[in-house]
Amino acid sequence: MAYNGHQREDEASDDGETPTKQLRSVKEMPGYLRNDTENEAATPGGSATSDRPTSNSTARHRMDSGKKSRPPFPWFGMDIGGTLVKLVYFEPKDITAEEEQEEVENLKSIRRYLTSNIAYGKTGIRDVHLELQDLTMCGRTGNLHFIRFPTHDLPAFLQMGRNKHFSSLHTTLCATGGGAYKFESDFRTMADLQLHKLDELDCLIRGVLYIDSVVSSGPSECYYFENPTDPERCVQRPYTLENPYPLLLVNIGSGVSILAVYSENNYKRVTGTSLGGGTFLGLCCLLTGCSTFEEALEMASQGESTRVDKLVRDIYGGDYERFGLPGWAVASSFGNMMFKEKRESVSKEDLARATLVTITNNIGSITRMCALNEKIERVVFVGNFLRVNTLSMKLLAYAMDYWSKGQLKALFLRHEGYFGAVGALLELLNPS
Amino acid sequence: INWEIIFIKKYSHSHSMDKSITLPPDEIFRNLENAKRFAIDIGGSLTKLAYYSTVQHKVAKVRSFDHTAKVINTSISCELYEISVQEEITARLHFIKFENAYIETCLDFIKDHLVNTETKVIKATGGGAHKFKDLIEKKLGLKVDKEDEMTCLIKGCNFVLKNIPHEAFVYAKHADSEFRFQNTHPDIFPYLLVNIGSGVSIVKVESEDKFERIGGSSIGGGTFWGLGALLTKTKRFDELLQLASKGQHTSVDMLVKDIYGGSYGSLGLTGDLIASSFGKSATADKDFSKEDMAKSLLHMISNDIGQLACLYAKLHNLSRVYFGGFFIRGHPVTMHTITYSINFFTKGEVQALFLRHEGYLGAIGAFLKGAEEDNPNQYSWGENYAGSSGLMSVSPDINPMQRARSGTFDMLEMDRLERQLVNLPLLQDASSYIPDTVDLTEDALAREYWLSCFEEALDGVVKRAVASQPDIPEAAERAEKFRQKYRHKLQTLRHQPFAYGSLTVRSLLDTREHCLNEFNFPDPYSKIKQRENDVALKYYQKAVKSLEELSWEERQFALVRVELTAGPFCEQLERPWLVDAYDQWIERLKGPPHKCALFFVDNSGMDIILGVMPFVRELLCRGTEVVLASNSGPALNDVTNGELQILTERIAAMDPVIQSGLKEDRLTLVQSGSSSPCLDLSRLDKVLAMVVRERQTDLVIIEGMGRAIHTNYYAMLTCESLKMAVIKNSWLADRLGGKLFSVVFKYEDPTRKPSKDTVALTPS
Repeated sequence: MAYNGHQREDEASDDGETPTKQLRSVKEMPGYLRNDTENEAATPGGSATSDRPTSNSTARHRMDSGKKSRPPFPWFGMDIGGTLVKLVYFEPKDITAEEEQEEVENLKSIRRYLTSNIAYGKTGIRDVHLELQDLTMCGRTGNLHFIRFPTHDLPAFLQMGRNKHFSSLHTTLCATGGGAYKFESDFRTMADLQLHKLDELDCLIRGVLYIDSVVSSGPSECYYFENPTDPERCVQRPYTLENPYPLLLVNIGSGVSILAVYSENNYKRVTGTSLGGGTFLGLCCLLTGCSTFEEALEMASQGESTRVDKLVRDIYGGDYERFGLPGWAVASSFGNMMFKEKRESVSKEDLARATLVTITNNIGSITRMCALNEKIERVVFVGNFLRVNTLSMKLLAYAMDYWSKGQLKALFLRHEGYFGAVGALLELLNPS
Repeated sequence: INWEIIFIKKYSHSHSMDKSITLPPDEIFRNLENAKRFAIDIGGSLTKLAYYSTVQHKVAKVRSFDHTAKVINTSISCELYEISVQEEITARLHFIKFENAYIETCLDFIKDHLVNTETKVIKATGGGAHKFKDLIEKKLGLKVDKEDEMTCLIKGCNFVLKNIPHEAFVYAKHADSEFRFQNTHPDIFPYLLVNIGSGVSIVKVESEDKFERIGGSSIGGGTFWGLGALLTKTKRFDELLQLASKGQHTSVDMLVKDIYGGSYGSLGLTGDLIASSFGKSATADKDFSKEDMAKSLLHMISNDIGQLACLYAKLHNLSRVYFGGFFIRGHPVTMHTITYSINFFTKGEVQALFLRHEGYLGAIGAFLKGAEEDNPNQYSWGENYAGSSGLMSVSPDINPMQRARSGTFDMLEMDRLERQLVNLPLLQDASSYIPDTVDLTEDALAREYWLSCFEEALDGVVKRAVASQPDIPEAAERAEKFRQKYRHKLQTLRHQPFAYGSLTVRSLLDTREHCLNEFNFPDPYSKIKQRENDVALKYYQKAVKSLEELSWEERQFALVRVELTAGPFCEQLERPWLVDAYDQWIERLKGPPHKCALFFVDNSGMDIILGVMPFVRELLCRGTEVVLASNSGPALNDVTNGELQILTERIAAMDPVIQSGLKEDRLTLVQSGSSSPCLDLSRLDKVLAMVVRERQTDLVIIEGMGRAIHTNYYAMLTCESLKMAVIKNSWLADRLGGKLFSVVFKYEDPTRKPSKDTVALTPS
């Protein structure tokens, strides 16, 4: 989400409307495993490398002490964005026979529905590859599932919740993102559900720090691109987010928010831009007639942006040495489209590629300026714009490295767009 | 004035339509026969041509008769001095802007009219310079010498910022006048120039020669144009802007309220903010109107550029940010969105500034590069209102006079000033000093009055001009041309009061002077001034004698009264005056004498001889040194420096006080550097500033309506000041709440509390 340069016709009174900077503190950090006083790894902000106690014995040992404060199942965290709804679901795997007997049918049915499918309705998808197994949360061990569906299908989701009598479980549904506010009454009227609304940036940071701290096996949560300026040798490498602060957190959803994070509970929103994932998809739909993000990305991967953009070398015949601008740099995005003949000679794929490159480079550019202004050298990019979008990630890695002469490092996280939802779930388990 | 070009369509031999134009040579490529040093800036659609020319002007000179010689001819001997009209050569810079379509016709025209054969090279810049290189070389026989675009741009920018008052403005769509002109800051550096061409370049300028491209963006005017053309199938940039100005972006953009249902309260983000540009076009299977998409695109690009500009301004700690390039070029729509974006991202800490002559920067810079051996930067230059088109609004609803932009030529002329101009060192804050008391751009009632007033006075001015040249038969014809020119200027200013910066009584007067000069009426009042000086001089001794006979207190009052009423024959004006600080002034005079008084004088005749001189005499007697500052060139019946020299000599011959003052260097005459009936204390002769500093001036006296009321009424000085005038205009008197011939006597001492007698000259 991003909030940025709004425009309206009568803005006589809206001076200073949007603080681009606002110091806010994350309430208390999620005390994951905080009730475990014996656990050394409970240091806040957690180092990603420390071994997380995920063995059943540890969990069981703690079960009784945690039980009182533990919320009833099911455990959900939800992030309702402008384009996508992100849902994380904790599936307990340590259910005792006794527990199973007590468990109401509704709960079982929900668990079965979510865990036995990987697609829900026409548009709901479970990102199986992101599932975190054997995770201990709040004294329970289980698997964390990551599910998404378009925000415009929220009514169908609510209908399903109603059909499955979700409200009878008396669970609190922790939700963040703008939709938590926008659709609060729909949840109440359509599904008889009461939302616990949470701030999206608080949740985002909480989620990032948590996921980074609990992923210890399998592919590394955080990674970067080695040799970003050399396409031949550019490879993805794991990165250890030790002593992560200060870091710039760039969340690219429909729009973009840029946060400077100084510690687990001290961050500010530096700025944002309205040129984000929504812009990429929106423009692609208009320019190429495509209708999904995947389609747009597929087209982009086959196109050539240099036919659409005007490059420095198109103007100067080569590098613009006086100002150190390389010939391959884009001088004007879509600049060649000023001319009729060139408009007629480009393909839809070229246009999709140019759109992707324009939006991505612009985010890179604003991010780099923020990093300089905030004097932060590490940048973590998250958000669903980066999902299956290696093109953009490599472009960002390249842009950060090239324009900062190697000073800035672009980092990425595997769970890209789910951190807000994870943060919401953590709030359910460890209310701050 | 934008001169419409008459098209003569004719069939060429190749059976294709050939466009050719006839150029009115008197009006467009003026003084081409004296032109040298050419420069050309060819952009994507407009060409800007620059050249330097010398202009022959008639100037009125005064020369003292040799009074020691026995003059037999009595009719001459009764005159104080001789007036002769001489030719003077001044330097002028010409800049002409026209559409690229006319480039060939223009080159032909230049070739046909160019006399000066010493010119070998033409400096060229801009993206199109390469394309037209061969054509220029072939047509003009000049070698095209390419100059770096950015270097030219910056050079040009420095030049206009330094030399043209009210060059920069803030754009405010909803204000009474859309342009809020900025004071010229004495130090123009450092600043940020954001040039929005097809891409964006962000340049930090630290000094005349030091600048650096600190960043840029590929999302610029080319993106708006290219992407806009794809989305709306509209080909022309101007048409795209037209579309955008009619659209509603909210149907295309995803706003905060589309996501939140309202505002995002905890971050203070209102619901109307754009969360995701084009965010709605991704989800809905519907058609979007061209207008809405163009508007959304415009916001997206303007916001993005504004955001980057702010990030760079912040990183480099700069607060002055100028925007230029074809994306901006006089388009109210883009100036508005960029201004909005800057306000949004800096919360008003940084203002988006635009330039009146933004389109000329490259041509000016290229020209300056070629003229380095003439040291153009060591002179002061002034915008010639008579030969410059002025700023046009391209918004049809703002300017009903606006014609289609095509086929119009836009011009800027700058005259090299004889004197180098600087700030008066005694200004309290040179950066916030505004000479003019009323900004007619913002005060519609006053504007209406003054424009009509000047229009009504035009007949009289024409008559006076003709009368000033009785022996020249074609004077009447020239005077008629002057009338047309000035009337046209007044009409233009009625519709575009912002054409030359803030419209003021001063700018109206100056424009008239420029137009008179243009038609060789250098000094219509010379004969009248001569006669009046002559008469007044005869009464000098008598006047001084009668003043001497008065008691000290009586004399002080008489001096002020005489000074105000321009002679002893006017009836006495009863106190209290409209603004009356006389008592404070007298109190002050009872104290120690001032070290040195700087006296800005006004009219010839009785005013200077019987009003100012006795006052000066009294100051000298008190032991105060006096610096008399008079106009360098003629304006109305104001006494010029040349005339004052002669008058002072003549008075010195009669008056030992003045005599010894001159001899002992306690009375000094200096030029103001101006040829205006008003006074701009931020553009004064460098020598004057030096003398003022050397003499440790501690009193400034300004007299007359033009200098003390229309200008400088609110001027704050670091030393004591006395502003005296009689309101000789009933409308102004009325506005001030007084009657015709009300007296303003404003004495201010910055070390004391301001007198409460100040009358506000601007409506609240």
